[in-house]
Amino acid sequence: MNRTLEDFAHAVGPEGPVTVVGGRTRWEVGGPLQPGVREVRAPSGVVTHEPSEMTVRAGAGTTVADLHAVLGAVGQTTILPEQAGSTIGGVLAVGHSGIERLGWGPVRDAVLEVRLVNADGELVKGGGPTVKNVSGYDLPRLFVGSLGLLGLLGEVVLRTRPLPRCRRWYHAPGARPASLRAALYRPLSLLWDGTDCWVQLEGHPDDVEAQVATAGAVLVPVPGPPPLPPQRWSIDPASVEAALTGPPEGEVCVAEYGVGVLHRHQAPPPVVPDPAVGRLHQRLRAAFDPTGRFSPGRSVLP
Amino acid sequence: MTVPAELLADLCAALDPARVHREPTEIALYARDASLTRAGGPVAVCFPVDTAEVAACVRVARSHRCAFVARGAGTGLAGGAVPVEGAVVIVLTKMDRIRSIDVARCVAWVEPGVLNLDLNRAVAPHGLRFAPDPSSQQACSIGGNVANNSGGPHCLAEGVTSAHVLAMEVVLPTGEVTVLGGLDPDPAGFDLRGSFVGSEGTLGIATAVAVRLLPLPPCVRTVLATFGDVASAANAVSAVIAEGLVPAALEMLAGPMIGAVEDFVHAGFPREAGAVLLAEVDGMPAATAEAVEVLLRVCGEHGASSVTVATTEEQRALWWKGRKSAFGAVARIAPNYYLHDTVVPRSKLAGVLEQVDAIAAAHGLQVLHVFHAGDGNLHPLLVFDARTPGVLERVHAAGDEIVAVSLAAGGVLSGEHGIGLEKRNHMASMFSPTDLDAQARLRDAFDPDGLANPTKILPAGSRCGDLQQVPPGVWV
Repeated sequence: MNRTLEDFAHAVGPEGPVTVVGGRTRWEVGGPLQPGVREVRAPSGVVTHEPSEMTVRAGAGTTVADLHAVLGAVGQTTILPEQAGSTIGGVLAVGHSGIERLGWGPVRDAVLEVRLVNADGELVKGGGPTVKNVSGYDLPRLFVGSLGLLGLLGEVVLRTRPLPRCRRWYHAPGARPASLRAALYRPLSLLWDGTDCWVQLEGHPDDVEAQVATAGAVLVPVPGPPPLPPQRWSIDPASVEAALTGPPEGEVCVAEYGVGVLHRHQAPPPVVPDPAVGRLHQRLRAAFDPTGRFSPGRSVLP
Repeated sequence: MTVPAELLADLCAALDPARVHREPTEIALYARDASLTRAGGPVAVCFPVDTAEVAACVRVARSHRCAFVARGAGTGLAGGAVPVEGAVVIVLTKMDRIRSIDVARCVAWVEPGVLNLDLNRAVAPHGLRFAPDPSSQQACSIGGNVANNSGGPHCLAEGVTSAHVLAMEVVLPTGEVTVLGGLDPDPAGFDLRGSFVGSEGTLGIATAVAVRLLPLPPCVRTVLATFGDVASAANAVSAVIAEGLVPAALEMLAGPMIGAVEDFVHAGFPREAGAVLLAEVDGMPAATAEAVEVLLRVCGEHGASSVTVATTEEQRALWWKGRKSAFGAVARIAPNYYLHDTVVPRSKLAGVLEQVDAIAAAHGLQVLHVFHAGDGNLHPLLVFDARTPGVLERVHAAGDEIVAVSLAAGGVLSGEHGIGLEKRNHMASMFSPTDLDAQARLRDAFDPDGLANPTKILPAGSRCGDLQQVPPGVWV
């Protein structure tokens, strides 16, 4: 599937209910679609990669794994999380960051430019291709996490970053996450299940060793993070301790400490937005998709 | 201008009347910002002290169908805070409290009038910093930083303001008070916080901002490299990034700017150099030491005449003072300056700088360069004396050409100063009518009545029924 943006816009067209499909790895987010919605796929493949600019332009239908394979060949990567089959467009539309968010920041910060198809079937550009840009409104950020309800992503420019020289996971049985957070300089990840911590560090090998030596807890090298339950809660990071103190009987819950993501088996409660925010959402939907043709049935708010 | 008495009476009822100003000197002062743009005059200048008063100002303005314009320190360089004739200006400088600093969670809630440097001074004792550091940080406010999505030298590695704002309490253009974003990582719904940052007061007024704070790095090394010419320095910048090294900052001063800064602050930059590169790396000790080695090697390979590593904090601070005082130093050369802050791909820096110099020469203007080389963000300052007949037209024409060569090189219109009034007519050279229509839809969703800082960012005609006129006498 290597179509052009114009082909993609043509496939979306100006009318009829339509949705864009990526790897279907997070297809349930936002609720089920109404029946009879036409499915389209975004172009795939890396369009241009300028290693010395540390940016990459790629079709939204490109899998993150394929993107990272191309970038990895020259020692670069992106902060987009990799999950079997997931596409750039899907990851951005859902907007969930990976477990490196504590160190690398949220995925929304990686997007420099978007090319999308609007509800009239026309191509729209937002943002720009350089690493720094404040020309006009920040459409790229509006589209990250929008579940394709305002327009369908066809192509994006992403910021890349150097692959770390060394990147290691450690298990810290019984360690206090607050102490580890205070002792470590900008860890990539700090996970806590209420009892144990897991830490991911990156950088110069000497620095990683030095951090391990001064962490104030025993850090045991491990191949990777613990298994993460499938549901995802977003809470104030200040509430993580309370959330994991006296957890539900027998439920495994892993927190991204310092970030506020909880990985649990239980689904998160619906969030009721402030009425003013709810009205803003309605006006945005009406402005970008007046007939409600994009992914009918799905919603970013309850 | 006839002053609508009922509007003034309502504003005086909403605020302490002593904080509703309309003396002619103040009307004149608040008719402009740090850009060259001059406009008519606001109808009143209000100084609210809390969120409720900001909301009251907005509601009063709305009830009279009157435009309102939020203003911070007025250091903007694109006319973003220049009001349309007859607008209510809402000055946020009296809302200057740091509401809270949560050291453990690296978050502070600050009001919009807090100065950037004051925030950094307040959090530094806790081992924290707010990454965006515009050169005007002694004067510019956090509210203005949010409105312009401001940058600064240290945004190369850490990103501009939007990457450091978690949530905002805002007064929407409808007069409603709400919170956009949140302290939790993935607030439900569209990223309204991300849309709001950089919207130059057209989507509402932030009355408190939750900023993300970063730990101060354990190790900082600063390198000063001098080059015989700008092209060699620019190529060194590109080569540093190509090595996979993203320094904390990578700044350049070129040509006569170096002498101007020396005269002004005696930073220790060699006057005879064609270009000075100020590079900073930070982080853990081994990585920092390795990065310094890369900088020394790459600068040497690109013909640096000298490369010096700062040995004391005093030396480092002096170099930075030199860099951040550059705009002030320009006053020693000519009374006025005008600049664009286009961004170009880093690999195109040398060529674009050469074109910019040729453009300035063709218009008989002097151009000075001081800029964020590491992210390709140019700040070519066209210096002039506005009293010279016809000079503004030449400056304007040269500016247009600088924008054109930057965009032709694959660049963008603004890296950190915003669009405001001065750059809005260039938007159509970067965006198609369909692109601009999408931006206008976003704006209209927030501000259905078009009263929040009208005429900014989008050129006239970006949407149907765009009847907002640029204020009379404005030079855009």
